[in-house]
Amino acid sequence: MKLFIIGILAGIIGGMGIGGGTILIPGLTIFASVEQHLAQSVNLLSFIPTASIALLYHLKQKNIMTNIIFYIIISGLIGSFIGSYISIYINSYLLKKMFAMFLFIMGIYEIISKQKIGESKNEKTQNKKNKQEIQKK
Amino acid sequence: MANRINLLIIGFITGILNGLFGAGGGTIIVPFMVFLLGIEDHKAHATAISIILPLTVLSSIIYIKNGIFNFPTTLNVTLGSVIGGLLGAFLLNKVPIKYLRKLFGIIMIIASIRIWIIK
Repeated sequence: MKLFIIGILAGIIGGMGIGGGTILIPGLTIFASVEQHLAQSVNLLSFIPTASIALLYHLKQKNIMTNIIFYIIISGLIGSFIGSYISIYINSYLLKKMFAMFLFIMGIYEIISKQKIGESKNEKTQNKKNKQEIQKK
Repeated sequence: MANRINLLIIGFITGILNGLFGAGGGTIIVPFMVFLLGIEDHKAHATAISIILPLTVLSSIIYIKNGIFNFPTTLNVTLGSVIGGLLGAFLLNKVPIKYLRKLFGIIMIIASIRIWIIK
């Protein structure tokens, strides 16, 4: 039941696009005493069904930039292969310490950088509007 | 050509981190796409899922093959996260994401310190 509730909470955060997995893993290790490697495995697997549904939706809506994904996925798969094996071969203690650093940086990022994305987007639309106005004139 | 190399580097870094920590690939790749490739925010989020999903499937297979897998735990969490994911998508335009993001940023920092301190 505890696991189910942690899943719901992380799912809500993930569904809003705020990195649900990054919060699910510490949730599992801190509140449900799940081992670090296993928590990572659980997060990877639990991402698949939700992401598949979201992917189908976005494909229908034509939101996917299919022209750029090929190269990213190819090198990404090579990276995933290396990253996964590094993770498997280092011990739980070291992985936890590394994860803590990663989590700290991601936390700072959530506070600072995402804001800029929204702002730069607004700037772009603002620029477009300005251009349109100039063209009208 | 330079652009193609950019894409390859972005994919590689995202893949390593997502495989190593079992999370965070999506959060990392969205700003890469927005700032380096100039893709709009909304499309970057959608495209990120299409990239992270195959990487996650590969990492999952490697984790399972090496015995890092527990069915009951995974099932319970997955059931919760699917329901939560739908709730989250529904709440997306109804809650102030801007402040929630900061709140979760703070929670992540507190959690990271806690993991660091407690052995």
